[in-house]
Amino acid sequence: MIDSLLQLTSVTKSFGAVRALKGVSFDLRAGEVHALLGENGAGKSTLIKVITGAHQPDGGTIDINGQRVAHLTPAAAHKLGIACIYQQPALFPDLTVAENIGVRLEKVRSFARVDWPSRRARAAQLLQRIGAKVSPDAEVRSLSMPEQQLVEIACALGAGARIVIMDEPTASLTQKEVELLFAVVRELRASGVGVIYISHRLEEIFALADRVTVLRDGESVRTRKVGRAGCPQPAAARVDASERRGEDTAPYLTESELIKLMVGREVSSIFPPAESEPGDVVLSLKNLGCTANGVKNITLDVHAGEVLGLAGLVGAGRTELARVLFGLTPADAGEIILNGQRVTITSPQEAVAHGIAYVPEDRRRHGVILEMPISHNLTMAIHNRLFPGAWLRFGAERTLALDSIRDLDVRTSCPEAPGGSLSGGNQQKVSLARWLATKPKLLILDEPTQGVDVGAKSEIHKIIRRLAAEGMAVLMISSDLPEVLGMSDRIAVMRGGTITAMLPGKSDAHDVMAAALGNSAVAADVRRL
Amino acid sequence: MSRKENQSFLTSAATSATRRHFRELSVAAALALVLLVLAVVAPAFFQPQPLLSLLTREAPTLVVACGMALIIISRQIDISVGSQFAVCSVAAGLLAASKLPLALVLPASVALGAAMGAINGALIAGLRLPSIVVTLATMVTWREALRWQQQGAFVNLPDGVQWFGLSQLAGQWALIAVALSLLVALAFATKHLAAGRFIYAVGSDAEAARLAGIRPQLTTFGVFVFMGALTGLAAMMNVVQSPQVDPKSGTGLELKAIAAVVVGGVAISGGRGNLWGVFAGLLLLACITPALTHLHVEAYWEKAIQGAIILLAVVADGVRTRKERN
Repeated sequence: MIDSLLQLTSVTKSFGAVRALKGVSFDLRAGEVHALLGENGAGKSTLIKVITGAHQPDGGTIDINGQRVAHLTPAAAHKLGIACIYQQPALFPDLTVAENIGVRLEKVRSFARVDWPSRRARAAQLLQRIGAKVSPDAEVRSLSMPEQQLVEIACALGAGARIVIMDEPTASLTQKEVELLFAVVRELRASGVGVIYISHRLEEIFALADRVTVLRDGESVRTRKVGRAGCPQPAAARVDASERRGEDTAPYLTESELIKLMVGREVSSIFPPAESEPGDVVLSLKNLGCTANGVKNITLDVHAGEVLGLAGLVGAGRTELARVLFGLTPADAGEIILNGQRVTITSPQEAVAHGIAYVPEDRRRHGVILEMPISHNLTMAIHNRLFPGAWLRFGAERTLALDSIRDLDVRTSCPEAPGGSLSGGNQQKVSLARWLATKPKLLILDEPTQGVDVGAKSEIHKIIRRLAAEGMAVLMISSDLPEVLGMSDRIAVMRGGTITAMLPGKSDAHDVMAAALGNSAVAADVRRL
Repeated sequence: MSRKENQSFLTSAATSATRRHFRELSVAAALALVLLVLAVVAPAFFQPQPLLSLLTREAPTLVVACGMALIIISRQIDISVGSQFAVCSVAAGLLAASKLPLALVLPASVALGAAMGAINGALIAGLRLPSIVVTLATMVTWREALRWQQQGAFVNLPDGVQWFGLSQLAGQWALIAVALSLLVALAFATKHLAAGRFIYAVGSDAEAARLAGIRPQLTTFGVFVFMGALTGLAAMMNVVQSPQVDPKSGTGLELKAIAAVVVGGVAISGGRGNLWGVFAGLLLLACITPALTHLHVEAYWEKAIQGAIILLAVVADGVRTRKERN
């Protein structure tokens, strides 16, 4: 192919035992927008890092501009015209736009005199080329997020980039800002640049992309032209088609197909079965909201003995809801009713007193204090109960630690070993055990098995099931779709800070994904449940 | 468990304890080495009276260093203690000069220190300002306020204040006893009190501590108040050593305390270290001056050697942290 900018063939990449990419093929042509789609953990970030040279692939080949590249480093990728624009622009906030562009594009000569007029002129010219109304003398700090992205794009153009990767560029933009960005992307396409566009928003993909590739579990499932199914249009025609986007590109069928491609697998039967019937309502939320972190209008019941899965994409407001319930960012609207009593929760201490436990995301690394012994970590949340007189009782602490370690099968040499000496899965068990020691009525789990190996994962699943069987109400946040489907008795799907769908357990993965992505037809259909 | 396994278990437990306290043990070893050299080369160092004077002089510093250890373990710093010390000293002197009984002067000094610590704590924990900036500001403020108020004048103390009205020997022993019992009590408390553990937890990872239901801001505030109270006590322990109060006393005290803490193996990044190490660190630094005198080395070298010891301690910690991270 003559105008192929980038060709990846059967690229593989493993991190330890985790196979992040299992043979991904992907190509990008000049003058096209190629969307990359996939659920969390499908391998998108890893693929991007391979393309930008941040990760070296274990296998497969990379061709850029028709040339085989054996060893792609970030510097080489830059030289070959690959630029990546991230969701959060990586600019220096205290420098001006011209200085930022200069720092990226000028040769580094530490003691050479800066040619300010030409630096300014170049910045102004680049900004003008993409139609950005940004002054070269503006401090980056004073720019809005999309303006900063435009500066990034200007840098990419200035560096002669032919391959521009945009990683969820619209995640924090308003509708108007999105339009502005789209105009620039279309400009880029018209000038022969190839754009790899990553987004969770299906409507954007239909508005912008010429082709779409779906990644699933580290494999490229399918690359397809965007448009009415079975009626592919040539890329050149698409430029016009996307301009007068109207009813004739009616995306429903294709959208549905896309979702099918993203989900497309059977929920395996490795999950432990539910053993209990849900009991009384433990937690009831009525129009709960918190303006500080964007949670709004949450109405939800959680029953004793039930695992309620909280599904949604990253940034949908699930962790934020958990933080509201745990008093980390207290609610400012609506009601929390706990065991029939209306309560206000303004601090973690109050949440604990009400019988709420929150096991935070492992990824944030705040679940376990790494420098402290395991035993200290385990008793951290029950000081008042275990040590009534302010004096620590090491005997009681050790007994409890040994019990917890045995109960949850934490793999450690002794309870005195520091928390940091444990593997990720075992740290997660310690974090869980700490909160089980408080004998909570409501247990909130935030990504309980993220970054945990397969063995520990199924152990944690069994523990969660057992806790529900013992009558605990479990609210489980998870981005792992099979986990949500396999573990939950009911599934609440969040999007944009609120619950958009309530689905029964063992739902169709397609429905969950559709609700999470904001396919309104599906969401309205299932809201009644 | 077979005997051999049992034995290997015991040795491994012993090794892990050694490894855990390696830093404290190495400071103690360095101190022992210095004392050994002195015993061979200059046995005169071990005459009781000069040794007693040395320990008495260092007693207030030990009290301040104990507080500073808690501050640094909680991942903060307090460089205003020298100024707090001077303010408390002068206030105690003026109160004593106005014939207030010592039994009331002492709590007044402690309370004044605690109040100044509370100001630091409120700004740092309440407004979440960086402690280095806050305590720099209060350091200058207290020192200048004192200069304006005293105009550099010494405060003469009435009879019966020096050495608490006891003999010098009894007074010296009393001060050493106060400092050592405080050290023991605090070393015990940091290990056996929930509050002590909270300090370590907050210093290790304040966000993790908060998620575990601990109040990091309250802990930080408490540590600064306690630091102030200890400074007030230390000021009093200094006032009773002479017939006058110098309004410039306590100059450089914060650096002495921080040096002892750092040499004693408390991680400047918080969450690690203990008070026994701080004690060894303080003694090590305090022995340098008399050791040089006895070894007939010019006194100019004193600061240089102290600086080298501090640098060595920091480098050792840095190397260890980097090794652990890899």
